Amino acid sequence: MAHIALPEGLAGIRGLLAFRPEMTNPLRGFMEVLMRGENSLTRGERELIATYVSHLNDCFFCKSSHGATAEYYLQCDIGFIEQVKSNYKSSKISDKMKALLTISASVQQGGKHVSVEEIQLAKNVGATDYEIHDTVLIAAAFCMFNRYVDGLDTWTPDDREFYRKGVKERAEAGYADYDPYR
Amino acid sequence: MAHITLPEGLPGIRGPMALRPETAKHLNELAEVLLRSDNSLTRGERELIATFVSSLNDCFFCQNAHGGLAQHYLQCDMPYIDQVKSDFQSTNLSPKLKALLSIAGSVQKGGKHVTPEQIERARDVGATDLEIHDTVLIAAAFCMFNRYVDGLGTWAPQDRNIYIERAKWRADEGYVNFDLYK
Repeated sequence: MAHIALPEGLAGIRGLLAFRPEMTNPLRGFMEVLMRGENSLTRGERELIATYVSHLNDCFFCKSSHGATAEYYLQCDIGFIEQVKSNYKSSKISDKMKALLTISASVQQGGKHVSVEEIQLAKNVGATDYEIHDTVLIAAAFCMFNRYVDGLDTWTPDDREFYRKGVKERAEAGYADYDPYR
Repeated sequence: MAHITLPEGLPGIRGPMALRPETAKHLNELAEVLLRSDNSLTRGERELIATFVSSLNDCFFCQNAHGGLAQHYLQCDMPYIDQVKSDFQSTNLSPKLKALLSIAGSVQKGGKHVTPEQIERARDVGATDLEIHDTVLIAAAFCMFNRYVDGLGTWAPQDRNIYIERAKWRADEGYVNFDLYK
């Protein structure tokens, strides 16, 4: 049961946005630009960073939701996402994505954990300043979302199929008009 | 030196925001709603929660920028803010704010660190669901902002008085459309 009285039947962040609609516009506007806006990092890559950080923060709702979205965009299966979460360095993602996930893992620990060496490695394998910026911001943002969702102990269905149902429609609809009741 | 090339001469979060105004716009809208809009928690109380979490995250820029604002709104001095940061239980803050700072401290560690006992305690001393919600979201948001600022290796003026001197003007200007270059 959530720590505060939230509208019934809305999982994870949905209940929170329904409770506090004033936060909806800034948060969904932010997500739309960050995760879906034009970017040299694909939507799938950005959702993968979000999934990975949510996994490190042990946030089931976020890692399942964004993992499902990453699967959709990357046209991969759940096994691939699982491998990235448990051992991304041995997965088939690009060297650039490996370097960016390393940075995101450091951000998850704390901003000062990002080392000059990690940044240099990312640049060496072709990451641009914008890509590094966005990786840090996505990782930081999910350190917020994960704490928001778990900090209020929101309802988190434990069936992973719950998160994959309707993912295509949700991915294509995007975050800009996100309606917590839909 | 920052990890990426940022516009010159802008301290803390201002450099990354100037690099990426598309995401900055929404981050500033979030800050405006969270920290300055009508609320049963005063602006000073909310800035104090932000300052406290930023000090736990060891983010110099954020704890001083928001510490300066907290001082301005609460009409207190730097030693008072420092005492809140180091041992808020021993200060003369209200029992409600102490209970909310406990919750914020748990959110900083991770969402699941918030206990039902902490929530109950906050309720016992008069915190509403909305106040608990906002405390969790402010704490979560500053876990994002702190990582953003430090994760990109931004610089921060070390003279703490600079932040106090700017605070009155920053308090009046607010977060939306604030001029990064001033």
